[in-house]
Amino acid sequence: MENDLYATPEHEAFRDTVRKFTGEVLKPRAREFDAAGCPDKALFKKMGDLGLLGLRYEAEYGGSELDWSFSAVMHDELGRCDNAGVCMSISVHTEMATPSLAQFGTPELKREYLAPAIAGESISAIAVTEPDAGSDVAGVKTRAVRDGDEWVINGTKTYITNARIADWFCLLAVTDPDAGYGGYSQIIVPNNLPGVRVDLLDKIGMWGSDTGQIHFEDVRVPVANTIGDIGRGFQQQMMQFQDERLVACITGLAGSEVLWEETKRWCEERQLFGRPLAKMQNTQFKLADLWVELQAARALNDAVVKQMCAGVDATKLTTAAKVFSVRVSMKVATECMQLHGGYGYMKESMAGRAFVDSRLAAIGGGSNETMLHYLAKQLGM
Amino acid sequence: MKVMVCLKQVPHQDARLDVNADGTWIQDGNIKFEINSYDTYALEEALKIKDAGEADVVVVSIGPDRVTQALRTALGMGADRAIHVKDDDADLSDTLGCAKILAAIAKEENPDIVFTGFMSDDGNFSAVAPMLAELLDLPSATGVLSVEVGDSLKCERELEGGALEVVELPKPCLAAIQTGANQVRYASLKGIMQAKKKPVDVKTMADLGVSDAGAGAVKAKIEKVYVPPKGDSAEILSGSTDEIVGQLVTKIKELGVL
Ligand SMILES: Cc1cc2nc3c(=O)[nH]c(=O)nc-3n(C[C@H](O)[C@H](O)[C@H](O)COP(=O)(O)OP(=O)(O)OC[C@H]3O[C@@H](n4cnc5c(N)ncnc54)[C@H](O)[C@@H]3O)c2cc1C
Ligand SMILES: Cc1cc2nc3c(=O)[nH]c(=O)nc-3n(C[C@H](O)[C@H](O)[C@H](O)COP(=O)(O)OP(=O)(O)OC[C@H]3O[C@@H](n4cnc5c(N)ncnc54)[C@H](O)[C@@H]3O)c2cc1C
Repeated sequence: MENDLYATPEHEAFRDTVRKFTGEVLKPRAREFDAAGCPDKALFKKMGDLGLLGLRYEAEYGGSELDWSFSAVMHDELGRCDNAGVCMSISVHTEMATPSLAQFGTPELKREYLAPAIAGESISAIAVTEPDAGSDVAGVKTRAVRDGDEWVINGTKTYITNARIADWFCLLAVTDPDAGYGGYSQIIVPNNLPGVRVDLLDKIGMWGSDTGQIHFEDVRVPVANTIGDIGRGFQQQMMQFQDERLVACITGLAGSEVLWEETKRWCEERQLFGRPLAKMQNTQFKLADLWVELQAARALNDAVVKQMCAGVDATKLTTAAKVFSVRVSMKVATECMQLHGGYGYMKESMAGRAFVDSRLAAIGGGSNETMLHYLAKQLGM
Repeated sequence: MKVMVCLKQVPHQDARLDVNADGTWIQDGNIKFEINSYDTYALEEALKIKDAGEADVVVVSIGPDRVTQALRTALGMGADRAIHVKDDDADLSDTLGCAKILAAIAKEENPDIVFTGFMSDDGNFSAVAPMLAELLDLPSATGVLSVEVGDSLKCERELEGGALEVVELPKPCLAAIQTGANQVRYASLKGIMQAKKKPVDVKTMADLGVSDAGAGAVKAKIEKVYVPPKGDSAEILSGSTDEIVGQLVTKIKELGVL
């Protein structure tokens, strides 16, 4: 990122640290994580020790009170770890399941759940999607019924990242079915409570992360585990989605850039009809064209980060960046796989993995259609 | 105790290297840089001494603006102060010139121990450390794998064929550290933020009173940098895996390299 936004010596030194972590800890074990189907918990502890898990959060809970420019640097480097699943697992913890807690949680709740999350001693997951409600977030049915000082929770969440390794879920549940958008709450639910059951799901990509279906059967948690006000869950989750979408743009783009570089190298080395594949005009046009799109995606992502740092409403641009970066990632993956020939179809090839991994971004964190629908509304249509 | 660590910033190990237009060095305008790997081990040795007790660790680097980043990283890892020799002419020095500049700093700083890397990833000279020791008239050891600090510095050195040697250097002294000597720590985010307040002194050769380094004093000049032409002496072995291994063993025996 050749950009003023990330040009201070602190950003650079921080980038070095994340790059070293990625290069020494994540990359060498990338395929091991695929085989295991999840990253190991020790990674989170190591990241916590380095101060990587609470960049924007309050110092009181172990955070660093920095802005999104540092988060962007971190995910730009983590996105190069050669395992999009692991990268997603980490970013779910840092940018998808904890922002609401950090912003709206009570001091007691933050001491109990945010501080260990920042230290890397506990791992979080975000539980919104249900078998019958994904894009239509307001359609979730998981019910939390108040019984004195406790919520009694029943329902099923699905496609939940970190399902097995998570210590707790940031759950979106219906607390008042008659209150419309004011009837949802975000509740922290520990994974080890009686009545919580996790079934792992088998995915076509993102092998390094554990995705599961979670059943809640008469699960009891204190009402004090509610994040923010009771009944504000839907609105708080919409805000939390902003961080989720931006991080998806950043890691997706970083992975695409790595793949582009690796493909260029491949084409330079691959000999066809007596000359390198890279010398064929078709190859050159394709790679040049992809490069143009990568630059545009980066510029758009940076524009969002700039708005986030300035504290202005970034909703419109975040939505736009999400749509655009997904398109670019999928295109880069498809074209790079093609340039790899038969090898690109192998699971061991970076291009083949990117082909299945990049596909997720068009569905998760707000599908392309959801994003366009949302953007159209913001554009006054 | 004061420990001085000499750091060089070199092209990142993942950087794509192309020879520059006049064939005298690489194109370094648009690539990433990092601290020379050997020097990170040297810095780690210094920081271990600091962790174990009282030590003031000062890191020193010669180079253009971009070197600030290496120094900031070193401060983020735990070094106390940095000295940046920022002088276009100093950058043109040969190994002896660099050693003279570093010696001038060491004379001002009077460290008990000077650590350097055993060599640099880019130049591979292994020359600056012994030259620096000589200019400072310090006892020194190279290829050092571990150190033990007491009244003296005990250095375990790596020799040919996996043998080890222990030498004891009276302080003040210099040790050039080998890679793999230790587990190099990371600059934590907290460390990086604290480093903001740590001083970086910027100096020129004139500030240090050095006149016999830089372009004018170069004795060893790089004539040419090039990628070796592809030879046609390669032989591709074919057959089943077992056959290939058999042929390979025969070849190795024939060549008598084992
Ligand atoms: C690997 C993986 C990890 C995930 N991790 C998590 C997680 O950690 N936590 C979590 O809560 N969820 C997670 N999800 C779920 C993800 O957020 C949902 O899959 C996503 O929101 C889409 O919801 P859905 O699957 O129910 O599809 P649906 O909502 O049923 O969508 C079906 C189709 O309808 C389209 N559509 C939707 N709205 C419109 C519209 N207005 N106009 C036209 N077409 C429309 C969609 O774009 C899609 O093409 C994950 C999913 C996957 C695959
Ligand atoms: C699952 C699978 C099953 C297979 N089964 C068989 C089988 O049963 N038997 C068998 O013999 N093979 C089989 N193959 C191999 C397949 O036929 C080759 O992968 C295919 O012919 C491409 O060759 P390649 O992999 O060497 O790629 P390359 O030839 O190296 O192609 C790399 C890239 O260069 C492009 N390219 C090629 N020529 C040009 C040109 N003139 N101009 C511009 N670009 C060009 C290609 O389109 C491709 O994008 C299989 C492959 C797979 C993945």
